[in-house]
Amino acid sequence: MITDSAVNRLAAIAAGEMCTPAVHEECHFDAPIVDIEKFNLYYGAKRALFDISMSIPKGQITALVGPSGCGKSTLLRSVNRLNDLIDIVRIEGGMKLNGENIYDPAVDVIELRKRMGMVFQKSNPFPMSIFENVVYPLRIVGIRDKTVLEETCERSLRGAALWDEVKDRLHENALGMSGGQQQRLCIARAIAADPEVLLMDEPCSALDPIATGKIEELMAELKGQYTILIVTHNMQQAARSSDYTAFMYLGQLIEYGPTATIFTNPQLQETQEYVTGRFG
Amino acid sequence: MSDNRTEHVLNKKERFHLLPGLPLIARNEPMLWLTGGALVLSLALIVLLLSYIFYQGGTSFWPQPVEAYVVHDGSTIMGEQAREDTIEVDETYRSQLPEALRAGVTDGEEVERMLIRTANFDVTNTHFHWVDTTELVSVSVPPTATVIERLSWGRFIGTPISLQIQEEEPITDPTAIMEGVDEHLAGIHDVLERRIHLEKATLGEIRAHEESARLESVEVRLEHGEESQHYVEALAAYQVIKEHCVEESASVLAQIENLKKETAPYTLRMATASGQEADIPLEEIVRIYQPNALSFMDKLGLYGARWMEFLFDDPREANSEGGVWPAIIGTVMMTMIMTIFVVPFGVMASLYLSEYAKSGGLMSIIRIAINNLAGVPSIVFGVFGLGFFCTTIGGGLDNWLFPAEVSEGRPVLGKGTILWASATLALLTVPVVIVATEEALRAVPNSMREGSYGCGASKWQTIWRIVMPRALPGIMTGMILAMARGAGEVAPLMLVGAVKLAPELPIDMHGTFIHPERSFMHLGFHIYDLGLQSQNSEAAKPMVFTTTLLLISIVVSLNLIAIWMRKRLARRFVGGTF
Repeated sequence: MITDSAVNRLAAIAAGEMCTPAVHEECHFDAPIVDIEKFNLYYGAKRALFDISMSIPKGQITALVGPSGCGKSTLLRSVNRLNDLIDIVRIEGGMKLNGENIYDPAVDVIELRKRMGMVFQKSNPFPMSIFENVVYPLRIVGIRDKTVLEETCERSLRGAALWDEVKDRLHENALGMSGGQQQRLCIARAIAADPEVLLMDEPCSALDPIATGKIEELMAELKGQYTILIVTHNMQQAARSSDYTAFMYLGQLIEYGPTATIFTNPQLQETQEYVTGRFG
Repeated sequence: MSDNRTEHVLNKKERFHLLPGLPLIARNEPMLWLTGGALVLSLALIVLLLSYIFYQGGTSFWPQPVEAYVVHDGSTIMGEQAREDTIEVDETYRSQLPEALRAGVTDGEEVERMLIRTANFDVTNTHFHWVDTTELVSVSVPPTATVIERLSWGRFIGTPISLQIQEEEPITDPTAIMEGVDEHLAGIHDVLERRIHLEKATLGEIRAHEESARLESVEVRLEHGEESQHYVEALAAYQVIKEHCVEESASVLAQIENLKKETAPYTLRMATASGQEADIPLEEIVRIYQPNALSFMDKLGLYGARWMEFLFDDPREANSEGGVWPAIIGTVMMTMIMTIFVVPFGVMASLYLSEYAKSGGLMSIIRIAINNLAGVPSIVFGVFGLGFFCTTIGGGLDNWLFPAEVSEGRPVLGKGTILWASATLALLTVPVVIVATEEALRAVPNSMREGSYGCGASKWQTIWRIVMPRALPGIMTGMILAMARGAGEVAPLMLVGAVKLAPELPIDMHGTFIHPERSFMHLGFHIYDLGLQSQNSEAAKPMVFTTTLLLISIVVSLNLIAIWMRKRLARRFVGGTF
């Protein structure tokens, strides 16, 4: 049963009211790697994100959860300005990467994206060899040195726990790999250029449990070295693998806190309802 | 219980629909007849068209027997039967018959007649003769009937009488004559080839050299005036070259004369069926054979030889004999140049349309306009090409680059050339490439682009490294479609450079090797010219079919290459996931 207060609050948000997010004290970081300040985003006339303010800690895994259409993917794609590719998108507010404003007009968006890696919901290896896929971020900055490319390829594939499976067929087409391998290849590609932030948009939603388990192990290994911001639909996954969890609903941030607290003792009733699977 | 019954009835109904042997009418799908009928009709028409062309084109080079028809007045008509038809007897027909035969026919009766290809145009002034069954007395197949394919005057059909070799006593034995001809023909062809090479290549080069020197002096005159010192000097230089060229060409002409003397004394005397005699120099003979005495393998050899001649020789006799080599070269080269023009432009344009341009009203209008451009009648492009490429651009370039030629009224680029024809066809086919490329670009999943942008790639890097390889099969398809369309187009070419007979190929071993300023022959135009513009359309008919067959084969091969390429590239770049 959903409690009345939670229903009322969710209904109020659905009716267009703004709610004050409950941000736990642990989530006010001194030097966040990504700092989101009163961020709004519109698709044409439709407002998709409402005054989001949150900071992402360095070297940790932060999960964005919430029901479909709550804007978590949109928020993630705003971090590397991938939403710029959509003609009708307009933004307000700010977002900082290590203190530099991401949306400053002077920022070179191409350079910005080079500082982040992104893994998508559906694996999207390029129609080329495994090797070329991994070193793609290096190729586009013009690196031709074979030893550098080979070292990066091995390091990234090892990082993505894929090296042992593919080391003998690096020059075969990447499209011949299995779904889970393809997704790990995309992770290898995302970490090839040593990004400051790794953005993952539901990376396991198209994978079977075994492949999902491998990706989660991988995230645990990458943690510390990389900051990971992950969007997920899977509550267990968020609970298992993330350090901090943000719950979003209809474009608003509802609650943001340490994962353990969010899943066991959240401040808001509706967060509890959602993470225990009573709605959403 | 009632539920059960309903279910039972439904099942039966379902099975009823699936029964394969059920008559169509019982399936209660009347539109099946209309839609299926339309498909069957169009397929049948296409199959009919293709099989007709394949039959006619494939058989026309097979050696026909030569028959001798003796008619009522005792005269003999010898030749190959071209076709048959029937004619209804009426007053006019009867009045044309000899009196003795008039009683034999009644009004309204159908009389069969045959069109006989008698050849021997130089002797009889006709290529064909109608023979009616009413006047026919007897038919025979004389084993000594001989067909000669000649360089000029078309074929000769008759019987050999004697062979004159130099000053020797003429050979009169029929077998010995044929053996003698066979023995000497190859040598004579060699000499002839050498002579033609001297006439065309060597002499042509000398003349071209002289001509270019002359044009240089004209240029100097145009620049500095007739009275100037420059012109006097240039003229003097030209005179030196001219004298040199005259000397050289005199020696070449002497060589040619010598070669002519070598072949001249070989003459074959032939008699037509009606007894007229004609002397045929052996150098005129392309091929000689006695069709009625040929074995199957001989015929096969002759058939192959004729195909080779058709594919690789120059045309003769107003294109109705010989080969279509210049037309093949012209068609292929024009298509190549067109492709070089059209593909980069079309691909660039569609890249802008689908990757850079923001979607909106203006873009929709441009898309509709491009689609409609593909439907503009091709002759309109021909007129535009003539006005814009030939006259404006070509004329402008001429005034700038070739003032001497222009001053003598001989434009170089300001006329129909293979270059402008290719440009015109490129314009005609650019919508095909744009539409196909856009389709291919649209089929590239957005996740690919996002993945590339996510790695920090710029737009062009994404297009060049990710989108283009993936879209390549589709772009190839567009290219081949454009090539197929361009190769088969005729109407605009008639205005911008295709000619009935081009003396020189647009590609050869002289000068710059490729000559974009030359007019050219084209297979499509060749078909039109043979079928509709030939003075001797009956004789040209086999060539029309074989040329059509060739053109269809070229276009079909292009399409097959497209399918093959598409499959290959798709396997490499698209592949199956999961």
